[in-house]
Amino acid sequence: MDDILLLEAIENYLSGKMSAEERAYFENLRKTTPEIDQMVVEHGMFLQQMDTYAAHRNLKHHLHEAHIKLIETGEITENPSQTTKAKVIQLWRKYKRVATIAASVGGVIALVISVVVVAVSPAPNNRAVTELSRKVDNLQKKTDALNTEVRKSKIPESITQTNNGSSFLIDTRGFILTNAHVVQGLSNVVVVNSRGEEFKARIISVDGSKDLALLKIDDEDFQSPSSLPYNFKRTASDLAEEIYTLGYPRNTIVYNQGYMSALTGFNGDTLSYQLSVTANPGNSGGPVLNKNGEIIGVLSGRQEQAEGVVFAVRTKAIHRFIDQVKKADTSLEKIKLPTASSLKGKDRPQQIKQLQEYVYQVKAF
Amino acid sequence: MKAEYNEQLLLKGLANNDSKAIETIYKENFQVILSLIINNNGSSDDARDVFQEAMIALYEKAQSQSFVLTCRIQTYLYSVCRRLWLKRLQQNGRYLYDSDSVSETVAVEEDLEEHERKNAEFAIMDRALSSLGEPCKSLLEAYYLQKKDMQEIAKEFRYTNADNAKNQKYKCLMRLKKLFFAQFNIGE
Repeated sequence: MDDILLLEAIENYLSGKMSAEERAYFENLRKTTPEIDQMVVEHGMFLQQMDTYAAHRNLKHHLHEAHIKLIETGEITENPSQTTKAKVIQLWRKYKRVATIAASVGGVIALVISVVVVAVSPAPNNRAVTELSRKVDNLQKKTDALNTEVRKSKIPESITQTNNGSSFLIDTRGFILTNAHVVQGLSNVVVVNSRGEEFKARIISVDGSKDLALLKIDDEDFQSPSSLPYNFKRTASDLAEEIYTLGYPRNTIVYNQGYMSALTGFNGDTLSYQLSVTANPGNSGGPVLNKNGEIIGVLSGRQEQAEGVVFAVRTKAIHRFIDQVKKADTSLEKIKLPTASSLKGKDRPQQIKQLQEYVYQVKAF
Repeated sequence: MKAEYNEQLLLKGLANNDSKAIETIYKENFQVILSLIINNNGSSDDARDVFQEAMIALYEKAQSQSFVLTCRIQTYLYSVCRRLWLKRLQQNGRYLYDSDSVSETVAVEEDLEEHERKNAEFAIMDRALSSLGEPCKSLLEAYYLQKKDMQEIAKEFRYTNADNAKNQKYKCLMRLKKLFFAQFNIGE
């Protein structure tokens, strides 16, 4: 009980609530008892800490409220592009007439030019980008058959030609992602993992414009892994960032490394990247990862005339594609892209060891 | 001259926790910071965090007696946010596009060091308070932060009398002090 009284006295003393008489008595007590003096100093410091803490917390609260209020009243926005809107509208009003005239003149000129160009220019080579899928011919199929003869192949023997590519697991329940051009127009798909085990899969959705396709492994031999070691990078990547790919240009998994050489893809496509890495037909649909083991894209094609110019579909497009798929079919709403990478900080061979069993070869026929 | 006077008033308001002043500073400066962060790989949430952090740093500065404003509020906030964001980007292994040439900045390193020290103290107190548990936490907050008197607290927490509440408060305070100083002295 004495302690409590002492503390109360100290608090009263520090906050100046004591009468002059009490104060004089207490100050005398401080002088004569060093323990009390020390307690006063210590408690004073502690109370000051409490006060700063209170002020700090109060301010945080105020700031938070101000933010919400200003957003509600529209005095600030969280979208910077909206702030320039007013200016654009103003300019538009001012120059509306000039713009209409200019546009019509421009339209006529454009028409004339395009007619001339079409008439004069030679037929364009519209296959500037080769799709890296690979038609394996009869002969190669036979050698494959020899290799896998021991295990009975899930591809019917009558099939002599398959369209091959790479793919990787994006959900532990067997959803895999690949390029649209690997499976487009075909209905039967078999995927093969790095150990050579084959699984039947079906095509869930194909988006030709993004060059992405979602497949699902539909095979009783397939065992869902408990988790995936990689995740999808949310933010954009930097120029010159080191990247690597895994894929199946042959029937064996092949690793390649390179770097990010441009932040846009073919003809300035903002949904893809340009990479500098070796890629061959069959690499299509394979994952592109950064040094932390985060997926930054899906390898999609290369430029025909140029050496080492490879394109990859950005994760932004992947997220959009998956959202679109989920919207179209409610039974797929549960698809969840992996969010945590366990590869960060590990050296490359270690990363690949963990990764490779989730990268599959796709054979479509 | 008038603008300068206005800014002094705003800072005084901020130091006194005046919500009008806070809103005015917020309104006039948030958009600039938002575009700085968005243009450098950040999101609007990042912008809010960084901006509010800078506001707290400004508040701390405005509170000290010796404080004189040597530049515009916007320049100061911009410099602090730029520095804070740069640091956060570096932690993630990314870099800021150099935008020094676009906006004027002032040196804020010392202020930020001070701010970080205060932040650490804040975190220690916060941790100590939240590890106290109820009803100690609410009791101490009512007395020391909201400055309610013991009678009121006794009523609110349903103690039979103020002395019992005082007794409980004393026990809680001793625990809090122990928790706080254990951390605080390591920090020193």
